[in-house]
Amino acid sequence: MGIYTIFRRELTSYFLTPLAYVFIVIFLAMAGTFTYFVGNFFGRGQADLQPFFQFHPWLYLFLIPAITMRLWAEERKTGSIELLLTLPISMTDAVLGKFLAAWCFTGIALVLTFPMWITVNVLGYPDNGAILAGYAGSFLMAGSFLAVGAAISPLTKNQVIAFVITSVVCFVFTVGGTGVVLNFFSGWAPTLLVDTVAQMSFMTHFNAISRGVIDARDMVYFASVIGFFLFANVILVDLKKAG
Amino acid sequence: MAEMIAIEGLTKRFGTITAVDDISFTVKRGEVLGFLGPNGAGKSTTMKMITGFLAPTAGTARVCGFDVQDRPIDAKKKIGYLPEGAPAYPDMTPAAFLDFIARVRRLDGAARKRRIADAIEKTQLADVLYQSIDTLSKGFKRRVGLAQALLHDPEVLVLDEPTDGLDPNQKHEVRSLIKAMSYDKAIVISTHILEEVDAICTRALIISGGRVVADGTPLDLEQLSRHYNAVAVRLESEGDTDAVKAALERIDGVASVEANKYAGLLTVYPTDARSLIAEVGQAMRAGRWRVTEIRVERGHLDEVFRRMTQA
Repeated sequence: MGIYTIFRRELTSYFLTPLAYVFIVIFLAMAGTFTYFVGNFFGRGQADLQPFFQFHPWLYLFLIPAITMRLWAEERKTGSIELLLTLPISMTDAVLGKFLAAWCFTGIALVLTFPMWITVNVLGYPDNGAILAGYAGSFLMAGSFLAVGAAISPLTKNQVIAFVITSVVCFVFTVGGTGVVLNFFSGWAPTLLVDTVAQMSFMTHFNAISRGVIDARDMVYFASVIGFFLFANVILVDLKKAG
Repeated sequence: MAEMIAIEGLTKRFGTITAVDDISFTVKRGEVLGFLGPNGAGKSTTMKMITGFLAPTAGTARVCGFDVQDRPIDAKKKIGYLPEGAPAYPDMTPAAFLDFIARVRRLDGAARKRRIADAIEKTQLADVLYQSIDTLSKGFKRRVGLAQALLHDPEVLVLDEPTDGLDPNQKHEVRSLIKAMSYDKAIVISTHILEEVDAICTRALIISGGRVVADGTPLDLEQLSRHYNAVAVRLESEGDTDAVKAALERIDGVASVEANKYAGLLTVYPTDARSLIAEVGQAMRAGRWRVTEIRVERGHLDEVFRRMTQA
């Protein structure tokens, strides 16, 4: 009940400012640009959305922090955090309500990419199951980015700082599985460490899902990341609320 | 239960700074407690602990029998709180904001509508309901905060500087509102406007350096002033000043007499706040002084405040 009320207020508040519209327009434009021009959607001659999904981590890298930077930083700056946390709701309600609203909002942006799905279905006979898995993977990954950003937001009253730190942390999580990082470790570090680094990456798990391979381990991974950072979020808000 | 707010040994330290140092007091139903003190005395910090925003370093705060730390939700349900600066969500309209608060407070259907309408009427927000809060004047923002605090008709009201930023008319309205509500609630307000204490508080606490330095009714506090029961005498001609001053000093119970020659004004200060008007009147008639004005002074709260908080 408390969660739902917070969720409702937060989600509505996105649409009270231009933030929601700017975000959605930029997200759709960038997703389209990457897919058709950089991803070589037409030239590949394959009826799938692989070129669309592969750029999602990079889009999220700078768009998600723009959503999460204000979550708690703004509450702290305007002092409304004092109002929020003296209402008869628990800290968990407040944290979850805000997170779920942000997640739902990115979900709306994601759903609005449906013309992509229509296009690929008009042009060929794609594996729609794999596409659905891709969307699910992307949504889970967005949730992880959001949870990281939401946890970082209460650390500062300055939204720009929250944005930058979130981007950097998310960047580390994203590139963890790429060749550059793994090569850096693989020369000297034990295989276990290399595997761990690779396993901590959003990219590794997202790529698996977006190819249509739904593995419980990938799901558990994203769920754990979200769970861990939301837990951290509760603790950090409690720690920093007074400043 | 008579004691709606019970504070015991409440202490808050931020690092090495002790903001609130072992404060204890209770507030009963029907009482309006005024928190007085200079900026940084610990008024707001105390209020933040009563409302459960800050956890105390030591001590307990109980609201309607619920320990704010152990039963935060139960305690918070009983409290209406106006935080310092009346924060709200600036992008929302007062109508949407009050609706949000009502939903969090679990007011449903007809009750929600009625409460919101009631709060809007009490705080006179009807004209600005559909403007975003960040476009409102300071006075309206304060009233939005007040409406939010009153919304669920709470048994305990904690108002941090409720009249700050209001013009004299609005101040008067807010004070009348607080007075009208006070009979069935326990109200704590913080202020540094001393006339406010006189106007609405049944009891006042002066806080300085995180400690309670005075606690009593406004009259009790006035009696701590050296002006309390002092008698001011204005003479028709300034030439008589010295003679009259000497005569006044001979009266039993007079601590000192201060003269302002240019105004022809003599002020007689009593020992231990006793009433001297009868004796002064007698001396006046006996000495056939030509007097244009004679009055009994009330205590000066600001003097008490200064003495208590600068010591």
